Amino acid sequence: MTAASATPTAPHVYLEAQTRWRVFEIVFWLATLVPLVVFPSYLVLASQIAITALFALSLDLILGYAGIVSLGHAAFFGFGAYTAGLIAKAGWGEPLSGLVIAAIASGLLGYLASFIISRFRHLALIMITLGLGLLLAEAANSASWLTGGADGLQGIKMWRLLGYFTFDLYGYAAYTYSLVTLFLVFLVARRLIQSPFGLSLRGIRENAVRMPAIGAPSRAHIRKIYTISAAMAGIAGALLAQTTETVSLEALGFPRSADVLVILILGGAGHLYGGLIGAIIYMIARDQLSGLNPQYWYFWIGLLLIAVVTFLPNGILGGLAQLASRWRGAS
Amino acid sequence: MSAPALIARGVDKRFGSLVVAKDIEITLPQGVRYALIGPNGAGKTTLINLMTGMLRPDAGGIFLGDEEITRLEPDARVKRGLVRTFQINTLFARLNALESVALAVCERRGIAGQWWKPLPAYRDAVDEAYDILASLMLANDCYRMTRELAYGQQRLLEIALALATKPKVLLLDEPAAGVPRDESTELFSAIANLSQDITVLFIEHDMNLVFRFASRIIVMVGGHILVEGTPQEISADPRVREVYLGGVHHG
Repeated sequence: MTAASATPTAPHVYLEAQTRWRVFEIVFWLATLVPLVVFPSYLVLASQIAITALFALSLDLILGYAGIVSLGHAAFFGFGAYTAGLIAKAGWGEPLSGLVIAAIASGLLGYLASFIISRFRHLALIMITLGLGLLLAEAANSASWLTGGADGLQGIKMWRLLGYFTFDLYGYAAYTYSLVTLFLVFLVARRLIQSPFGLSLRGIRENAVRMPAIGAPSRAHIRKIYTISAAMAGIAGALLAQTTETVSLEALGFPRSADVLVILILGGAGHLYGGLIGAIIYMIARDQLSGLNPQYWYFWIGLLLIAVVTFLPNGILGGLAQLASRWRGAS
Repeated sequence: MSAPALIARGVDKRFGSLVVAKDIEITLPQGVRYALIGPNGAGKTTLINLMTGMLRPDAGGIFLGDEEITRLEPDARVKRGLVRTFQINTLFARLNALESVALAVCERRGIAGQWWKPLPAYRDAVDEAYDILASLMLANDCYRMTRELAYGQQRLLEIALALATKPKVLLLDEPAAGVPRDESTELFSAIANLSQDITVLFIEHDMNLVFRFASRIIVMVGGHILVEGTPQEISADPRVREVYLGGVHHG
């Protein structure tokens, strides 16, 4: 005891240890390669999971880290999807540049929205994000000359990825493309939350009143992370548009905003991997349950959600983290 | 005498018909240790809220050094060196003590918006945060979550957060609130040992602490300043004795 307190870990050494890659992280990312070998018939689903995971990760940055709740995050997903789709339809089918343009477009939309978002919290914020999402969905619906309305955006033709890989029915290219994009964006998010800016976001989440009293411009921080999060959501949407070569109004709709919130809470908000784990469980459960009974699968999702928040209030990852620390404390 | 560090000039504030600040005139010379006392509901915390920008005065002005700051946002006032602590712990429950203070240090150094390098890459900032915690005897517990710290340690962390902003003027709202008597003396010794460059105004109810640590005292009653003076003058003032012993306000 005295020896430990006489030579405590130096603070920067302690913080560096916090940023190190854990074993489970490496295992997780290696496991994402498994579908390519073991479940080649499920690659289309796997690609959808990777896209949803990326979308959930973008929500985690604002909800899990900065504590900014949103019920309209599909607005940015859908905006990215339509942007990527429209570019391709207009004749520019190159995927990577389409992805970048969609990210910029969604980021810009997020930046504009952030001026309203950063002024509110809690219940008001739920109403405002819900309203923004509905506004955009209706706008896309009525602008059917541009978006195809309820029929969806048809006639997207993507060029080959890197001039070589085609997005075919088997989904090899789609999954690899989605997975690599997810991983790269994840690296950015991981770095971000370990940075001084990431610490400021957690400060906003933990105590929004104290932040100005230590000289922190909370609103500027919120505008920044909202823009980044919107751009990431836009990338996810663009991936969906490009790999499926279609965009429907569902991409923007309220159910998608609600789904991603459920996925994040299921997996555990504020753990970086929560949205990823949640997406895997939710999407596989939906696939299996809707195979059993296509009409009532939301019943089981509802049950799962109630069970998780009852027994694991911090989501699946929160529960696992608690178990791990208890186990470490015992040994 | 050096230039005043903080001035409140003719500050008024009312909530509907309730007057919470009436014609407040305060001039804090640099480096003093001021106590702000008065019965409950006298408007002491409101005055701190007005000076730090958490409330806007209806009339009057606040000046930090030569600069008028009446219309500045709270975070902009902190950047200029006017910093407060809170009577009720207002901390970051799920950050540890080191992270909390490092957060404040990063904000002051202007690196808090930086999102491409990890926090430990800013070793100067991290070491500075650690040194502040060490100076308040929190070094050994700096990796513990704030919510797991003992109450007295949380009170110290309140002050550590304020110090991390390098304040010129520090407004302490009952820094020892809820702390047992023996520990509160220790806490005030830490405040007394702060650099003489820092001007301190503290609210405190324990008269022993007030008379021991304040060089001057302001007495507030019903939203206005009753009297201001040295501890000797205040203890001899019949109006103050009436407020505290007359029992009109006490509950």
